[in-house]
Amino acid sequence: MNEETTTPNRRDFLKNAAALAGITVAPGILLYSVSQAKPADQSVTSEQRWGMLIDVTQCTSGCDECVKACTVEHGLTEATRPEIAAHWIRKVGLRDKQTGQEYSLPVLCQHCEHPPCADVCPTGASFKRADGIVLVDKHICIGCRYCMMACPYKARSFIHETLENQKPYSPRGKGTVESCNFCVHRVDKGKNPACVEACQQAGHEAMIFGDLNDPYSKISEKLKIVKSTALRADMRLNPGVRYQGL
Amino acid sequence: MKNMVYRELEGNSPGYYGLLGISAILVALGLFAAYNMEHHGHVITGMTNQIVWGMPHIFAIFLILAASGVLNVASIGSVFRKTFYSPLGRLSALLAITLLIGGLSILVLDLGHPDRLLVAMTTYNFKSIFAWNIYLYNGFLVIVAVYLWFMMERRMQRYYPVAGLVAFIWRLILTTGTGSIFGFLVAREAYNAAIMAPLFIALSLSLGLAAFILILLTDCTETHCPLGEGILHRPKSLLGVFVAAAFYFVLAYHFTNLYITERHGIEYFILVGGGIYTFLFWGGYLLIGTLLPLILIYHPQLNQSRKNITLAAVLVLIGGFSLLYVIIIGGQAYPLDIFPGMEVTASGFFDNSPVHSYVPSHWEIMLGIGGIAISVLLTTLALKILPFLPASLADADLDPQLLD
Ligand code: SF4
Repeated sequence: MNEETTTPNRRDFLKNAAALAGITVAPGILLYSVSQAKPADQSVTSEQRWGMLIDVTQCTSGCDECVKACTVEHGLTEATRPEIAAHWIRKVGLRDKQTGQEYSLPVLCQHCEHPPCADVCPTGASFKRADGIVLVDKHICIGCRYCMMACPYKARSFIHETLENQKPYSPRGKGTVESCNFCVHRVDKGKNPACVEACQQAGHEAMIFGDLNDPYSKISEKLKIVKSTALRADMRLNPGVRYQGL
Repeated sequence: MKNMVYRELEGNSPGYYGLLGISAILVALGLFAAYNMEHHGHVITGMTNQIVWGMPHIFAIFLILAASGVLNVASIGSVFRKTFYSPLGRLSALLAITLLIGGLSILVLDLGHPDRLLVAMTTYNFKSIFAWNIYLYNGFLVIVAVYLWFMMERRMQRYYPVAGLVAFIWRLILTTGTGSIFGFLVAREAYNAAIMAPLFIALSLSLGLAAFILILLTDCTETHCPLGEGILHRPKSLLGVFVAAAFYFVLAYHFTNLYITERHGIEYFILVGGGIYTFLFWGGYLLIGTLLPLILIYHPQLNQSRKNITLAAVLVLIGGFSLLYVIIIGGQAYPLDIFPGMEVTASGFFDNSPVHSYVPSHWEIMLGIGGIAISVLLTTLALKILPFLPASLADADLDPQLLD
């Protein structure tokens, strides 16, 4: 595995100059909660960059609570054939070819800073929100599947058949492509994504979600002290999802 | 050269109506397949979330490449001033248009949302090479149409070499664009290579010329127009050059990959252990599509027969199709390397399959054939409406020097 240690982006300190100034007048804890939740009437800004840290040492191989929670949250149903089923998050088991060490970890859309899916999408249906969340606009996706060809993580699914029982907050549709959206509907309300919540409820604490731009967020604090790595770090896509202990 | 006389197809023969009828039926079947794919979704195809571009893409890219390559005949006439090819310029430009329309129809009908074609035409992401291609294809249709008009309209003939040059350059950019659809896929080991663009250009030249030779031969048996041996001789030799050029780029592509250690897996897969892909590469592309045609074209006795030339052209098309299958499907069948240095022991999403399987469904093949039929139908109709064909393709009428 490419062992590239992640350090918080230096630029972010400059970007957050305003936020940093606020610390001197307000208690740190208040600042933390302010940067986590976004009032509904405010538009998304690049002041935040949402990210996730997955602690592989805390993830157990038999557990798939995160996958189940995602399936329920977004109404992902069984498909006619397993090969065409939609997967927003999946569990993967790995063995190091050199050392034989085994790992178990969830893989989801890595929410890259430079997402190849958004680069190749002809209509701009695939895009990155200002706060770093990579999304598909289902209304202008023409279903060309070029983004699926471009994604290095195989994080996307094409909907091959008619869907029923959809969740109003998570629109999906036959003939379009979809992938993990970091539970954007929950994040906008200041909540954690469903997978993170499920992992915590199962007592594993293998996933932390938060604002990478906020130097005092739990995720940033932890990233400062632990060694973490990005999948396919060689491609320099700067994913928002990082792995610890891989 | 004396003034060429052009003519329309008479188009009264049973053969003509037969061709028209069969292609119309095949077009209808293709549209029916597309309707079903839209109605039921791609569940009825062999495509999956692992192999997302299937048989329709092979047909589509095959036709798009042939479209750009077929224009070469006109280019040789106008850009390179080989008067010998000039009389065939009209047919060449017509075929460029009809083949491209056939290929694009397949691409559009295979979309998850063909009904959103208007979205694709109006909402652009300029960083996407796909979006550029939409411009390149539309531009190609317009430019070649103008080129054709200048060729056919006496008053415009002064500008015809300029139009020819523009079309020639546009065509090169277009094929570069088509190749780059794959070349820019940095995540896929089989594709991420700049050589995809020249490889596609060379392939387009051989496919286009092979298609042109076949259509010329069919046309002349159909209408009993005199077709000289000389007129076949030059494109025949040129076809050999193009086939060899495509082979050169395929060779360079594989040598590069063999040199890069991390690509050994995909190379082994294609060249040795890939089942159908290995078979299609060696048997379909190399033997049938490259070696045999080269023998037929260059063997001093074999290349005297018109049947052998026809056969060589057919084999080149089969070879090109096989190569595209290996590149497009084989490149996806080989799993992505998401975790370098790791062996995937379990996965909820097929990361641990040694190879992703794909079996095209009859719907996909119907759609692909429907696209070819669109090209045939349009060409057949156009030939009857406007004078695209030289009245005679006898050697003496084309170029008296040939008789020497
Ligand atoms: S499938 Fe949809 S989201 Fe993906 S590249 Fe095509 S239009 Fe964009």
